[in-house]
Formats: sequence, C-alpha cells, structure tokens
Amino acid sequence: MTSSYETHEHDVLIIGAGGAGLRAAIEALAQGARVGLVCKSLLGKAHTVMAEGGIAAAMGNVDKADDWRTHFRDTMRGGKFLNNWRMAQLHAQEAPERVRELEQWGALFDRTEDGQILQRAFGGHTFKRLCHVGDRTGLELIRTLQDRGVQQGIDVYMECTITRLIKDGDRIAGAFGYWREQGRFVVFKAKSIVIATGGIGKAWKVTSNSWEYTADGMALGYETGAELLDMEFVQFHPTGMVWPPGVQGILVTEAVRGEGGTLKNNRGERFMEKYDPKRMELSTRDVVARAIYTEVREGRGTEHGGAYLDISHKPADYVKKKLPSMYHQFKELADVDITTGPMEVGPTCHYMMGGIRVDAETGQSTVPGLFAAGEAAAGLHGANRLGGNSLSDLVVFGKRAGKAAAEHSSRVQSGALDTAQLEEAEREMLAPFERADGEFPYEIHRDLQETMQSLVGIFRNQEDLQKALGELEKFKHRLESVRADGSRMFNPGWHLARDLRSMVLISEAVTRSALARRESRGAHSRIDYPNLDDTWGKQNNIIVKRGGTMALEQRPVTDMPDELKEILAENK
Amino acid sequence: MAEAVLRVFRGGPESGKPVDYRVPVAPGMVVLDALHAIQEHQSPDLAVRWNCKAGKCGSCSAEVNGRPRLTCKTRLDALPLDEPITVSPLKAFPLIKDLVTDVSWNYKINKKIPAFQPRAGVEWKMYQRDVDRVQEFRKCIECFLCQDVCHVLRDHAKHESFGGPRFFVRTAGLEMHPLDGVSRTKLLKDELGLGLCNITKCCTEVCPEEIRITDNAIIPLKERVVDEFYDPITMLVRKLRGA
Repeated sequence: MTSSYETHEHDVLIIGAGGAGLRAAIEALAQGARVGLVCKSLLGKAHTVMAEGGIAAAMGNVDKADDWRTHFRDTMRGGKFLNNWRMAQLHAQEAPERVRELEQWGALFDRTEDGQILQRAFGGHTFKRLCHVGDRTGLELIRTLQDRGVQQGIDVYMECTITRLIKDGDRIAGAFGYWREQGRFVVFKAKSIVIATGGIGKAWKVTSNSWEYTADGMALGYETGAELLDMEFVQFHPTGMVWPPGVQGILVTEAVRGEGGTLKNNRGERFMEKYDPKRMELSTRDVVARAIYTEVREGRGTEHGGAYLDISHKPADYVKKKLPSMYHQFKELADVDITTGPMEVGPTCHYMMGGIRVDAETGQSTVPGLFAAGEAAAGLHGANRLGGNSLSDLVVFGKRAGKAAAEHSSRVQSGALDTAQLEEAEREMLAPFERADGEFPYEIHRDLQETMQSLVGIFRNQEDLQKALGELEKFKHRLESVRADGSRMFNPGWHLARDLRSMVLISEAVTRSALARRESRGAHSRIDYPNLDDTWGKQNNIIVKRGGTMALEQRPVTDMPDELKEILAENK
Repeated sequence: MAEAVLRVFRGGPESGKPVDYRVPVAPGMVVLDALHAIQEHQSPDLAVRWNCKAGKCGSCSAEVNGRPRLTCKTRLDALPLDEPITVSPLKAFPLIKDLVTDVSWNYKINKKIPAFQPRAGVEWKMYQRDVDRVQEFRKCIECFLCQDVCHVLRDHAKHESFGGPRFFVRTAGLEMHPLDGVSRTKLLKDELGLGLCNITKCCTEVCPEEIRITDNAIIPLKERVVDEFYDPITMLVRKLRGA
C-alpha cells in the first residue's frame, strides 16, 4: 500500500544529476527505459560545475604519441596499482569517444590551431591530455548533458532528497524521499536504481565540496547491503584557497600548474624539487598535497599557512584567457591579482576514491538492480585519482551504468513497496521535530568536521584513527537527539539533520578502512607505516553491513591479463 | 570584532517580513557567510539556496541592498556597515520561503528552445576565433539575476510571452554555434518575445560572469529576426510566394 504517498513509477531511477547521473539518464532513455532523475539541488548546480581543469582523454590532438595504453598506465600508476584494472582499461579506451560525443551534443572546447579540441598538461599524465574550456570545463559538461537530457525527455525531480532505498526481498523496488521545498514525502517505484550522488567531502572542515556532498548514495548503498570498496582513500587536492577565512578550501584548479604555475615556500624555494624532482609541480595530487602540508608544518609556509602558487610570469592576457575564473575568484574574494602576484594555497578535501563496489562493465553493485557511477562508485582511481580523470569517469561509466540499468529493468518485474519500510522512513524523518530539547545539527556537523580534519586527514596514525572511532560513536548518540526547528517548508536545519546520519556513517567506514590499512599508498598516508607494503598492495578493503553492524574484510585484488601487465611494464 | 546587521526577509508569500540579525564580521566575509552564520547560531531554518560558494554554480542569488547579486561574491567590506544590509529574495519569481523563490518557470522556457543540431555532413573542425563569441554565452551559470532585474519580467510580469535575457543568451549560443543547423528566429519572435526587450542593458550590468548580454546576444538576435521577418525585400518575396 503506497496510496498515502505521492508516488512516481519509472523503469530506471537515477539519484544525482551531476555528470554521471545525467549521462546515465541519457543512455537509459536511449535504451527505451522510462527514466526519472532525482537531485538535491536545482538541475545544473551539481558539483560537476565545479570541475575546472578538464576531461582526460587520449585524443592525441596535441601530443600525437598519446594513446589509451599510456592513459591506462598513467591511471594505474597514479592509483598505485590498486585500481580495478578493467575499469582503468575501459576508461582509457572509451574516454575519447565520450568527449567527441559531447562535442556532437553542442559542447565547445578550446581549439588547437588546426581546429581540433585543445588538450593541456596535468599532474601524472604523460602527455597533454585534458580537453578543456578555459577553467570551466565542468560547467560546459553539465550544461551540455543537461540540455541533451531535457530535450530527450527525462523526468527530472529537482530539490528532492532520497533518504532510503526500498527493497523487495533481495532486490531493489524503489526509494523514499522528501521534497526540499515543501517538506512533503515522495515515493519512487523503480526496477533499477543508479546512485550518482558523489562523495563525502562535507565531512571535513577544509573542503572544496558543497553542502550536497554528504555521502548519501554510499550510505543508501551500504544500508541496502551493497559493499563499499577502499574507503580509506580520500583525496586532498593540493591547492585550495587559504585566505580569507570564509573562502578557505575553495578549489584552485590544477590547470594553474598545468599552464606553468610554480609552487614556492616562504624562502622562495621551489620545494617540489625535494619531493618529485622529475615531475615537479605536475606530480600526482597525493604527492603535492603532502609536500605543501609538510612545508607548512616545518615552518616554511606563507603568512596564512599555505604555499605560494605563481602564474604571474605568464602574460596577463594569457592568464585571463586560460584561467578566467581563477582570476576573478582571487580578485573578488581575496584582493589578489594573479597576473601580478602569487596566490596562497593549501590542501583541501576534494574527492573520494572509495565508494560503492561495482562491476566494471555494468556498474552494478552487489545488490541486484542497484547500480553506481561517478564518485559514488569505486575502483577506477585506486589509491589516488589523477586530475581530469573524474569528468571522463562520469561520462564513461555513467553511460555504462545507464545502459545496464535499462537492460536490467527490461528483464525484471517491478517489486512491491513494503509499507513497513516506508513508514519507518517517514518516522525517521519526522523524529527531529518531535524533540523539544536536543541539539541543532549545525553544532554536530562542525564537530564532525573538526574530528575528521584533525584525526583522519592527510597524515594518519593508529592513535588518531582509534580516537576518531570513539568520537564517531559519540556523534551517533548525539544524532539520536538532534532537533529541527520551524516547519517542514524548505528547512535547511532539518535537511542537515538527515544528511549528517549519512556523513557520520560513511566517516566511520573511512576511518575503519584507514585503521586497517597498515601502509602508506597514494592518498592514504600512515605516519606509523610510512612505506608501501606489497601484501597490502594486493588487497582491497571491503566494508559491508552484516547482522546490523559494520564489517570490514580484505579481499585480493583481481589479477590482470598479461597484455595489460606488459603495458604497465613499459618504462615511458 | 566588528558587527554587521543583516535585515533578512523571513517568511512566505502571505506573512513575510524583514528580521534583523547581528553577525560578527570576519576578514573577507561575504553575505552568504553571514547567512550561514545566522543558520548556525540563530535560526537553523533560514532558507537559502547555495552550492559552490565560489561564483560558479549560480545558486545563491538574492537582492542585497536592493541589487540582484550572488551572495557568495558580495563582500561585507564593500557594503556600508553603519546601516543594516537588506537581503531579500529575487522579486521576479514567486516566493517559496525566506530567500528561496520558485524558479521553475526558467526550466520550462529552456525546454522550448531546440537543442544544438549539427548541419548534415559537417566536418568536426572549429577554430578558436569562431568559438570565442559562443564561449562567452556558455559562461552563463544560470543565476537568473538577469531575469530578476529585467523590467519586462520584474515590473510587467510578462512571463507568458517573454523568455528573458538568460534564454536570449542561451539561444544566441546555439544560433552562433559554428556548426549548428537549426533556425530559432521564429521562436525568438513569437514565443520568447524578443521584441519586448528595449535594450536598457540592466541585464548586462548585473551579470556576474560579465557576459555582454545586450550587445553580444540580444542585439545580434534582434538583427537576425529583422533580417528574416521584416526585411522589405524578403517580405515582398514572401508575399508574392504566398499569393
């Protein structure tokens, strides 16, 4: 019985309308499925718009020698070989076609002299590989996909938050959520669900992520029985703004370094010489983030605790043309003219390599009918993501998940929506209004961010991680008495009260995984285990809900075929 | 520490009123920071949209001291702090609550505009000089400040017969795409009401992306409409053919 709720029925329901969700929706629709797309914000505002530097694809437009093999090798090396090799292969092979497709749907990338898509250098990429539009590539991508999807006839449910997935036995049957504007509840019936909700960056204090990044999809997947993979790998982007306080964490694109920007400490030294003399500023993000952090910690930081990033040696017109939003961002928010002087930058929580474990070909999780793509899914990036590999991830695996979700929906009957599950979901949502003397969620959120920032940050150790687990237990108790004020009409405090549950849950998955991995690899740096460990290099961490509690186990990394091993062995 | 008073519109369409909040001012603080501080310490149910907080997503639009602005890019130190800073919802759209308005009308208009469609048999080559002007239009972050300030929508509420600057910019981006093969001039004339714009340039003034909406999008589109529908020779030919 679902008659008491507003109910919509689709073959495929997609949660999240960034690049992955939109690309999945377009593909599922092309397969003939009835598609619904739900997003927490207005359409076109998802975090994809924040992607700046470009989309990585071995087109070979600028460096003719580039090919998928080199892109595959760079991705695996960047990920410290913990990547799902099949995903890395598919990604490298299919990214160029996905980029051409964007162009055919109206995207306008910057051009080479001979009229092709221009590509720029980026950290960890052997060749100039990032197709881009100045420093607003993500906006171009999301707008192109949004217009394509809307014209093709996707039903979009904007400003709607899904709080629970509904199962019928073992399989997916639908989802329960609320309209952010009016606070009314809504139910979706669906044969397949694609999670494309992004990461968990809002659990850290210094972050480039927006309010939406609260791990909803990972939590929904986990609660439904899906496995989470390698959750310890959280990417801290080396360059976020550090001053003034209100803008701390806002992203400064890697394209600044891709276009020739240099990093210096307060003694004027180009310190990357010490950390990666070969690749310097264009080393991988994990290395550059640790380098800046270390410089600051050892007293060589800038006035506000960062490093100097300088592009002012390039002509002012060139900087404004290639990095227009950086120019405006610093001018308007920090009173810094980047064409004449350096920026102050420091690491900021940016991206989640871990996420829902999926099948490489289809994006299906371990729960039948539940798919995931983009940042919410895991595998492609291993222990560290290369810049530019996220936008390509979205379109390559968004398409694959959309196709597989549509196929799945054509093979199965829709499940029944269990009233008890819906009522439980409703009770959970209404509880914060019934408490007269609990805490408001903002304070709990601030404390969670402090905890994750200080105890589960760039450098970790056993003592801190154990302490963090203790703190997370306390947050769970505090959440039991979290309170909402006012009405259900567009009430951000009430919304945060729910989002916090996902953040705390998935923060625990991150912390448990980080505690287990006794080595340093990619973005996961253990002070007490500072080296790579071959045994750990062959193991993935898996988090799964078992008997109501969070279980952690290790599983061997799947062996790759010989022809791919040969590609990796080539020393280029 | 210095303090600012924010006079924020609170409530719904029937029972809204401005409410004063005192907020400590930190260096470089923007209006959105102040609104977040109010949510955190004084009024957790204050409704405000935001996402990137970096001027890239166009979510946090409001009217600050009567002027349409992105609150994430409006610094307190650029405003007079000896009097309250008023923060009100966009006026051109129906109010939902506090600073949140119903902007769904924009999405309906957008749906009317035919998407990019390449001319048959095009070669996928484009040169930077040809895409430069279209890239300007594609910088639009859909903050709808131009829609809010446009008197055709704001004062005359011609939402039924007028598309507004945002969708002239979008249409210009499609019409001037070097490889596009669809004409949208009839749509501009009949459904988007391009003729209602009398080029006062208010939209250009409020655009946070500094898109020259009037000069580079609207006026060239008006010229296209005139060429196609009001050119005396074309009109004569059309009349003769029709007869």
